[in-house]
Amino acid sequence: MATAADKRSDRPVGPAGLLFRPEVRQLVYQVLLLLALALVVWWVASNVAANLRRQNIASGFDFLSRTSGFDVSQSLIDYSNASSYGRAFWVGLLNTLLVAGLGIAFATLIGFMVGIARLSPNWLIARLASAYVEIVRNVPLLLQLFFWYFAVLKNLPSPRQSYVLPGGGFFNVRGLYLPAPLPQPGFGAVVLAFGLGIAAAVGLWMWARRRQRLTGRPFPVLRVALALVLGLPLIAFVATGAPLAFEHPVLRGFNFQGGLVILPELMALLLGLSIYTASFIAEIVRAGIEGVPKGQREAALALGLSNGQTLRLVVIPQALRIIIPPLTSQYLNLTKNSSLGVAIGYPDFVSVFTGTVLNQTGQAVEVILITMGVFLTLSLLTSLFMNWFNRHMALVER
Amino acid sequence: MARDIRPAAMPPPLTVTGPVAWVRQNLFSSPLNGFLTLLGAWIAYEVLANVVNWAFLNATWQGEDGSACTREGAGACWPFVQAKFGQFMYGRYPDGERWRVDLTYALAIAGLAPLLIPRVPGKLWAAIYLAGIFPLIAVVLLLGDVPGLSYVPTQLWGGLLVTLVVSSAGIAWAFPIGIILALGRRSQMPIVRMVSVGFIEFVRGVPLITVLFMASVMLPLFLPENVSIDKLLRALIMVALFSAAYLAEVIRGGLQAIPRGQFEAADALGLSYAQKMGLIILPQALKLVIPGIVNTFIGLFKDTSLVLIIGIFDLLGIVQLGLADQKWISPATPITGYVFAGIVFWIFCFSISRYSQMIERRLAAGGQRTTTKPLGE
Repeated sequence: MATAADKRSDRPVGPAGLLFRPEVRQLVYQVLLLLALALVVWWVASNVAANLRRQNIASGFDFLSRTSGFDVSQSLIDYSNASSYGRAFWVGLLNTLLVAGLGIAFATLIGFMVGIARLSPNWLIARLASAYVEIVRNVPLLLQLFFWYFAVLKNLPSPRQSYVLPGGGFFNVRGLYLPAPLPQPGFGAVVLAFGLGIAAAVGLWMWARRRQRLTGRPFPVLRVALALVLGLPLIAFVATGAPLAFEHPVLRGFNFQGGLVILPELMALLLGLSIYTASFIAEIVRAGIEGVPKGQREAALALGLSNGQTLRLVVIPQALRIIIPPLTSQYLNLTKNSSLGVAIGYPDFVSVFTGTVLNQTGQAVEVILITMGVFLTLSLLTSLFMNWFNRHMALVER
Repeated sequence: MARDIRPAAMPPPLTVTGPVAWVRQNLFSSPLNGFLTLLGAWIAYEVLANVVNWAFLNATWQGEDGSACTREGAGACWPFVQAKFGQFMYGRYPDGERWRVDLTYALAIAGLAPLLIPRVPGKLWAAIYLAGIFPLIAVVLLLGDVPGLSYVPTQLWGGLLVTLVVSSAGIAWAFPIGIILALGRRSQMPIVRMVSVGFIEFVRGVPLITVLFMASVMLPLFLPENVSIDKLLRALIMVALFSAAYLAEVIRGGLQAIPRGQFEAADALGLSYAQKMGLIILPQALKLVIPGIVNTFIGLFKDTSLVLIIGIFDLLGIVQLGLADQKWISPATPITGYVFAGIVFWIFCFSISRYSQMIERRLAAGGQRTTTKPLGE
């Protein structure tokens, strides 16, 4: 930092004077730091090697291809106890991504609603929203997870006394049982129509934007696009004779068989993560909207834009620029917090891999390294995506 | 014919001021708002009625075990909390020695009060006492193993005591490390910068739970054969390092907000690096980021509950342990335990955040660079 000292010509000279030169001193500091770090690393590494040798623990990543021998309660891909540890890794990772993806969607939805409600001119709604935020964000997430899991979902009736949901679903202590959709031959046409609808909607949006830029005439893109995306598959669905069957869960013995099962662990984790993170997102949204100067809104209204247009074209684009950076870190927090699922037995990545696999193989160093690597990659990917999105939003501002 | 006596002023119409007008403006300004108000009132009524019923009207107030709380529609099981209260506060700390914990709390409050209440003088002495003398007294008092005080190993500590020890020691250690990391990240020396950035980004990228796992599984591997570190101390070190990375980012924000001129002026005065940072830059930068520091602390306080995963019984851990007690098993016990723990956590976090808002307003009254607005209240 000592830039002023650089330009002095009357520096002490000779070997002793060398130490007074900032660049020399900086070099010495850095070399010392490097040496200290290297020493620590060497000491740790030799300890680890000695300890591993003493405890007869293998090293290396061969264990990934060995048979795991344990079962996992929820898996998105084929998995049994005859699969390998490497397969268990993917099972856990996909479970983490599932709960993080769903959690982000729910938390964003609740968070935006509560954040906007806090700014509502309606006194009661604003108070209710702030009560929600103040209560939820000041209680540890782990406690909330325990509450939802042990106090609420584990207190539900047994399968025989399940709550019956309309449409053939059941809700009990073992989870939420829903009819599973089974695509019949011909369902491909519906998927195709859905894809076409999305492509048509994107095309329409580009065309409408160009037309508005050239002629100034707006086009009701949202309504038409929605009709395309939802309507085309619907037409295809009816035209091909409704090729979709449902497999209903049936009570056999002590439990339900068949159908789609949502485990109570997943439900508790989702409830806890979304409700907790939503309280932070609500604050971010409120700060973002309040951060748009009042003059912007007034100017838009003075130009004759309607209330909805003011919100959509003027306030929200500017608010989003304030909202997105902190929102990114909340998404990352949610993903990292999903590892708390280990405490309630949700088979997420940390529970399956860093818990069970580590206990069975004893290869702590490799397992922890892979765990940290996965989370670092996830956070890097999220921040890359959000940075890209952020740049995109900033460009629109002009 | 001029009247020189003014008629008495009429009261303003009811639709402009007064409660009726307030209700019209704030609750029923449009049909949609009216609907929302009714919906909100219904939600508020349902929630409040259920809470009051559960916590008071249907609650069990007396009983010897879980059977007292096992009846149709039973509310909170307060005898459970009453019976376990000592455990929730002190863990398995021996009954006869609990005065030592209370004395530690009292000594901490004696040091904190002058620091926290703006009008009380003697801030410098309080700070010296808290940073230098109090930690020593606290360790001796809590741990014992000196003449007159029996040894209480940390395995026996638990409940709110552990929550408070981990969070306060965590923030106390995290603070200097965080400052060093923040300065390192802004340093001109590339290796120092790289090491700081690497540490900060690595820690912020992984969940606390994996760091704690590391403390319990990997740290024993890192150390020579016969050396072992106390479990609580291991967790403490990890929590402190973890929060330090978050604090460093907060403090860096403050450093970046200080105008260049301040750095240059300090250089021009011939101050050394330590003088420049300690006397000129850091006092301004830290003041700017008080809200962020407090938020980190609240996060740390809530995160201490994670230590239960590696087998340390903080407040939440001890409540969880109490719930497993066969004697108190009843459908109402889990909710009661979690609500109790939740209320304790909430009181701490909420008062800290309110206090920081008050301090922010006081500092902002000086009216300089602080851009934070008072919150929507």
